[in-house]
Amino acid sequence: MTRKPISETSEWTFELIEQYHTEIERIAKNFGLSTYPVQLEIITTEQMMDAYSSVGMPVGYNHWTFGKEFVNTEKNYKRGQMGLAYEIVINSDPCIAYLMEENSMPMQALVIAHAAYGHNSFFKNNYLFTTWTSADSIIDYLLFAKEYILKCEQRHGEQEVEDILDSCHALKNFGVDRYKRPPTLSMQEEMSRQQEREDYLQSQINELWKTIPEKNADSHTSDKIHYPSEPQENILYFIEKHAPLLEPWQREIVRIVRKISQYFYPQRQTQVMNEGWATFWHYTILNQLYDEGYCNDGFMLEFLQSHTNVVQQPGFDSPYYSGINPYALGFNMMTDIRRMCENPTDEDKEWFPEIAGSNWLETMDFAMRNFKDESFIGQYLSPKVIRDFKLFSITDDDKHRQIEVSAIHNKSGYQSVRSTLSEQYNLGSIEPNIQVYDVDLKGDRSLTLRHTQFQRRPLDKSTNEVLKHAARLWGFNVKLESVDDKGQLVKTYECKAYR
Amino acid sequence: MTQIVDRRLNGKNKSAVNRQKFLRRFRKQIKKSIENVIAERSVTDLDKGEKISIPKKDTTEPFFHHGRGGHREVVNPGNKEFHAGDKIPRPEEGAGQGDGSEASDSGEGEDDFIFELSREEFLQFFFEDLELPNLVKTKLSTINETKKVRAGHTSEGIPSNINIVRSLTGAMGRRIALRAPYKKELKEKQLEMEDLLKRHNNSDQIIVDLKQRIDYLHKKIKNIPFIDTFDLRYDNRIEQPMPTTQAVMFCIMDVSGSMGREEKDISKRFFMLLYLFLTRTYEKIQVVFISHHTIASEVDEETFFYSRETGGTVVSSALKLMSSIIEERYPTSDWNIYAAQASDGDNWHNDSSICKKILGKKIMPFVQYFAYIEITADRHQNLWEEYTGIKSEWDNFSMKRIEKISDIYPVFRKLFKKRIT
Repeated sequence: MTRKPISETSEWTFELIEQYHTEIERIAKNFGLSTYPVQLEIITTEQMMDAYSSVGMPVGYNHWTFGKEFVNTEKNYKRGQMGLAYEIVINSDPCIAYLMEENSMPMQALVIAHAAYGHNSFFKNNYLFTTWTSADSIIDYLLFAKEYILKCEQRHGEQEVEDILDSCHALKNFGVDRYKRPPTLSMQEEMSRQQEREDYLQSQINELWKTIPEKNADSHTSDKIHYPSEPQENILYFIEKHAPLLEPWQREIVRIVRKISQYFYPQRQTQVMNEGWATFWHYTILNQLYDEGYCNDGFMLEFLQSHTNVVQQPGFDSPYYSGINPYALGFNMMTDIRRMCENPTDEDKEWFPEIAGSNWLETMDFAMRNFKDESFIGQYLSPKVIRDFKLFSITDDDKHRQIEVSAIHNKSGYQSVRSTLSEQYNLGSIEPNIQVYDVDLKGDRSLTLRHTQFQRRPLDKSTNEVLKHAARLWGFNVKLESVDDKGQLVKTYECKAYR
Repeated sequence: MTQIVDRRLNGKNKSAVNRQKFLRRFRKQIKKSIENVIAERSVTDLDKGEKISIPKKDTTEPFFHHGRGGHREVVNPGNKEFHAGDKIPRPEEGAGQGDGSEASDSGEGEDDFIFELSREEFLQFFFEDLELPNLVKTKLSTINETKKVRAGHTSEGIPSNINIVRSLTGAMGRRIALRAPYKKELKEKQLEMEDLLKRHNNSDQIIVDLKQRIDYLHKKIKNIPFIDTFDLRYDNRIEQPMPTTQAVMFCIMDVSGSMGREEKDISKRFFMLLYLFLTRTYEKIQVVFISHHTIASEVDEETFFYSRETGGTVVSSALKLMSSIIEERYPTSDWNIYAAQASDGDNWHNDSSICKKILGKKIMPFVQYFAYIEITADRHQNLWEEYTGIKSEWDNFSMKRIEKISDIYPVFRKLFKKRIT
C-alpha cells in the first residue's frame, strides 16, 4: 500500500474527522449498510456524563435520579475507575452520535464507525425499532416532556411533581404495550392534543366512577363482574386512563413516563444484537480502512487495544465478572455468522444448513432486521461460540440443597445451553408477570394486581415499596396477589392508600 | 448530508438542576453523614468539600422484580471443570450471580452510595438552620451604609442615565404643542388659497402674498427642533441610608493547666466551628477572642487558636475583661452582643460565685445570648452549679456539656438552632 494515511498523530481536528468520516461512510455504503443521515456532535466530558446520566436522552426532564446518576458517574470517572462510555448514540433521524473532545483520533473514528454506522443502521432497520419507535419525532417529544414537566413544577410545586414521577418510575417497566403497536409521538400533535385529551379523559373517568358505591349484599354475589374484563399488562396505561383521583396534569406525567419507557423498550430487548452489530461493523470497517491504507499501524494498535477491552468476557469465577458482556457475545455471534457463511465447517453445515456457504452480507442483514436478543440467540448461537465462551448452564432450584450443572459445551449440551441462554434474554420471563386484574368498582375502589409466578419464583422484598407507589397513583388501596402456575393464591401484598 | 456540530460551548452544567434535586431529596441522610464525618475531621480543613456516604438502599428506586427462590436456569461463561450433572453447594447470597435483574454498580458491591460534596454545598448543609438568636436591628449603625434607590426622573444628569422613552415622549409633546398655532394658520391659508385660485390668476398680488405666508409657515414648522436639551430626562437615583445590624461575638476560652490536651482540642474545634459559622453567615460581625488562665487577655485569632499557654484558673478574670471591653467599645445601644465560653468547669473555688455576680449584673443584661459549654467527661464542678443559677434567671443563657469530640457538632447545632420567633 502506497497511500498516505489520513493522519499520523492521534490528535483530532475537524478536518480530520471529516476526512475519516467520508471514508467510513463510503466503506459502510459499499457493505450495503442503510442508515439515517448522520450528525456528529463534539461534546465535553461533562456533557458526556450528562448524557450518560440521563440514560442517553439528549433532552431529559429533571428528576433526582438523573442527579444521582450524574454524581455517581462523575465520581467513578474522577477516580479513574471507569472510562467513560465512548459512545452514546440517539435513535433519531438524523442519527446523533456524540464524540468526546478528550478522545484521540482513532477513538473518534471508532465511535463514528460504531455508533454513526453500526447502531444507526440497526435503529433504522431492525423490526422492533421500526414498529415501536419513530426516530423523526423523538427529540420533539422529549422536548415537549421536559417543558411540560417544568411547567407542572412551576404550577403545582416541585415536590408534587417529584412524587408523581417517583411513583411512575417505580412502575415504568410495566408501562409498555408488549404487543399493541403504539401511535407515533410528535411535539406539535402532543401539544394540540394534550388539552383535548385532558378534558376528554377526565370526563371518561367521571363516567366510570359516576355511580355512588352501593353497599348492598348482591354486589358480592357470584355474578360479580370483573373490571377490566380481561387482565391488562400495561399498568401505567391503566392508571392513566382509569385512576379515579389523578388530576389531568398528573395523568399527562404518567403518560410521559409511559411513552418514554415504551421508546426504550426495543433497546432493552436488543442489547446483545445491537451492540454486537455495531461492534462487528466498527471492527470490519476500520480493518477495511487499514487495508486500503487510510490509517497507519499506530492507529490500528490503539483501535485494537480498546476494541479488545470492549469485547473481553471474564469467566464466571473472575472478580471482574458481572454477567455476560453483551458486546462480547454479540460481536462473537456476528463474526461467527460471517465465518459460517464464508468458511463453513461440517458442524456448521449440520446445524445451519441454510446459512453455511450463503452470502454473508445478506444473511447478516436478514438477522439484523428480523430478530431480538431472545430469538437471535435461539436462532444463531452456534456450537463454536458456546465452546469459545465455555458456556454452561446451572439449575438452581430452592427445592434442592445443591445447585446442578445442567449442561456444558458438549454435543449433548449445545441445544440446552442455547435455549437457556435465549430464555435469559426474554424480558417476558426476566420481569415478573404482573397485570391489572380487578378493580372493585362497587366497593372500596381498590385495585388488584395479579402476579402469575414463573417457575415458582417469588417477588423481591422491594415489592411493598412499589405497591406504595402504585397506591399513590391509584388513590385507593392496592392489592397484589401472587398465584402459582396452577392458579393457587400463594401470597398477598397489600398497601393502603394514604392521603 | 453529514453535519459535524461543535457542542462544547453550549449547555454547561446541564445536570446542576438534577444534582440539586438529588441533594435536596437526601438532605436528611446527607446531614447525618456530615455529623459522622465532622467528628473525624481535623480543625483546619473544615472549610473543604467532603465525601459523603448515604445508604444505598435509600437511593434506589424500587421496581417489581424477582427475588431469590423458585426454579431458575442461568448460563455463565468460563467453564473449567464442570460436567453436566455435577452438584455444587449453593453459593452465598449475592455471590457472583449476575442475573441482570439487580443493577449492581461497577462491582463495588457496598451498601453505601458515596459521592463528593463541593465546599459550598458542604458548608451549606453544615450550617443549615443555624442562626444567632435574638438578633435585632439596634440603632442605625454609625458606619453609614447606603444603597441607591430609584427616585423618579430629573432634567439634569449624566448621559448614561438618559431615559430615552421619557425624553422622546417629552420631545414629541413639545413638537405638537409648538407646531399647533402654525398648523392651524397653515390650514386656513391653504383653504383660502384654494378658494382664491378659483377667481384669481397665479400672478395676482394677493396670491403671491398668500404663497409667501404659506411658505413662511412651512418653514416655521420645519424649524421646530426634533429634540431639544430641555426635553432630556434622566433617571434619578438617590442614596438611602440602610439599616444594618452590628454584632460582636466574644469567644472566651479557658487555657489553664487543668484543661488537658484533648479538652483544649475540643474547645478549639468548637470555636473554629463557631468562627466559620459567623464569618460565613454574617457579613458584618466582629469577633473578640479572650483566652484566660489566672489572668485574661484579649488576643488575635492566630494566638487564640494556636498558642499554648497554661496556668491556674480564674474564670472571673475573663468575664471582667469582657465586661470592660463592652463598656469601652461596644455600646449596647449599637451592638448585638454574643458570647460563647468554653471551660472544663474547673475554677478556683471562691471565684465561681464572683463569676455568677459579674455575669448576672454586668453581662447578662447587655448580651443577646450567652452560650456556655463545659468540656468534661467527669462530674460537674462548682462553676456549672453557679451557672445553673444564672440559667434559671436568664432566658438568653444556655449551657451544654461536651464529653467527646463527636459531641461538638450536635451541641453546636443545639446552641445555634434556628428558633421560630
